Amino acid sequence: MEKTVRETIKEIVFKHLKKKKYKAYGQCLSAVGWVGGTLPELYEKDGMVELSMADVAGGGIVVGAALAGDRPIYVIRYQGFNWFNCPIILNYACKSKEIWKIPCPIFIRGIAMEGGIGPVAGSSHHSLYHRMPGVKIASPMTPKEYKKVYQQFMKDDSVYYVSEHRGSYGNKEEIKDINKKNPDVTFFSISITRFEAIKAAKILRKEKINVNFHNILWLKPFNIKQSWIKSVNNSKISFIFDDDYRDGIASTLAHKLMSKSQKKVIPYGLKDKSAGFSKDRDNLPPSAADIMRLVKKFLKK
Amino acid sequence: MNKNQYLKKTFELAAECRYFELNVFKNVEKKIIKFPVYLSAGQEFISASLSTICKQKKVVPELFPQHRCHSIYISFGGDKKKLVNELLGKNDGCTYGMGGSASIHSKEIKMFGHDGLMGTQGPIGVGSCFVSKKPTIIFLGDASAEEDYVLASLGWASFKKLPILFIVEDNNLSILTEKKTRRHWEMHDVAKGFKMKSYNIDDNPLNFLKISDRFFKEPILVNVNTNRLFWHAGAGIDSPKTFDRYKLILKKNEKSYKKIDDQKKRMIDILWKKQLEKQ
Repeated sequence: MEKTVRETIKEIVFKHLKKKKYKAYGQCLSAVGWVGGTLPELYEKDGMVELSMADVAGGGIVVGAALAGDRPIYVIRYQGFNWFNCPIILNYACKSKEIWKIPCPIFIRGIAMEGGIGPVAGSSHHSLYHRMPGVKIASPMTPKEYKKVYQQFMKDDSVYYVSEHRGSYGNKEEIKDINKKNPDVTFFSISITRFEAIKAAKILRKEKINVNFHNILWLKPFNIKQSWIKSVNNSKISFIFDDDYRDGIASTLAHKLMSKSQKKVIPYGLKDKSAGFSKDRDNLPPSAADIMRLVKKFLKK
Repeated sequence: MNKNQYLKKTFELAAECRYFELNVFKNVEKKIIKFPVYLSAGQEFISASLSTICKQKKVVPELFPQHRCHSIYISFGGDKKKLVNELLGKNDGCTYGMGGSASIHSKEIKMFGHDGLMGTQGPIGVGSCFVSKKPTIIFLGDASAEEDYVLASLGWASFKKLPILFIVEDNNLSILTEKKTRRHWEMHDVAKGFKMKSYNIDDNPLNFLKISDRFFKEPILVNVNTNRLFWHAGAGIDSPKTFDRYKLILKKNEKSYKKIDDQKKRMIDILWKKQLEKQ
């Protein structure tokens, strides 16, 4: 039977600890829920290390563990906690190979969710990592993608920021690109927005608006495929959707796509405002309906 | 090694550090060294004593220093030529031209480089020791010890009973801001609060020897009251009245140590001269 993303992660963590004898670190790991069911029920003797609640120090301890030869998995329960967790990772681990020729590989599991959980716990915050040299960023939303990212990490000695989303944990399906010859619109989609964007693409197709859809798994390095540029150049308009603020990775990637093509690529992520807890005050990633409205507005339909 | 041999060895290392730093001072003044340097003159007996004790114990510790680290590098056996080259901004320096003065490292002596953010060596050293379980020395200043993540990592090291020696090189100054204007507590008291053994000593080498039996058996913090002879960064003197332990020890033991002092001065001066000639 096919596994969900949740089961896939759990299996990867189990093997990382029990077979490969590395460690996983984080806060409140061995608690009810085992971080959304993605952690096996293991304890410190097995390599599941409970850190204290000191976020900044926790990130530093994991850097030290990586320097000592561990290939730590670091679990950050809400991506917004990276504001405290990532400083030492970004300023030491990411630079270590370049400055001291000492690799410091860490597999950071940053977990996103949103909806009534406020400005810190909500959304993805992968843009925080994006500007630092020496980091690789991926946002896997399917079981195969997750395995691929982990396998690549195990062959590499870089810091990996893995931007997860709880909304994908139940997913068993792979998400295929749509790449037709004469699109009206092209979507590039990151993280959880991929599910809504492909939904929108399918509905729009029924309404005779042809949409090409491209999954963005790797945010950094961002290797632009020739087919993407072709798709952008053949479209009237293109969009890049994200679950982080619009003034972040989405804008940077849109700029890179525009530099290589001759057409506009519009970044569309979270609005430039803080999320409140009530439904009216929240700041959510674009839904299929939002995306369809946006497309029709630009196409003047 | 008896007490006299220990003191002699410590003085030898301190002399190498002192004359190395005096050469750096001179070359900063001449603008041959062009980036910020953090001179450790005045504090050299800390690393010299610890290195001598480690050799005596046949322990090769993992070292996590911070920016004021030339004496640590030299005391623990780092290649001095490579350090000169690093300070001259050459790519064949000990950190390939990337480290300058503040971020030097040496794989050979297990000294990890510092990233420039005060106190990060605290949690990083703790994490490394948690995995390796090897004897580890984390060097902090009285200022970097105040970083919240340093305090948190002390607590975790104590909880996990790691074989770490936390050395606070307490020169009482954060650039020029004195400790009394920043806090009303002491690091050795904080360590005790974390259920860790701690000591408050001055940088007399005998003080390290007295407590060395406990090193690397459990986490220990030693707050060492010391003096920075020169500016926080660069070549300059804050006060000519600053206490200088090196001069005091030399004066007290002139008969036996003057020869060592002369010999080390000559050796280090020649080393610098040769490396500068290769420029």
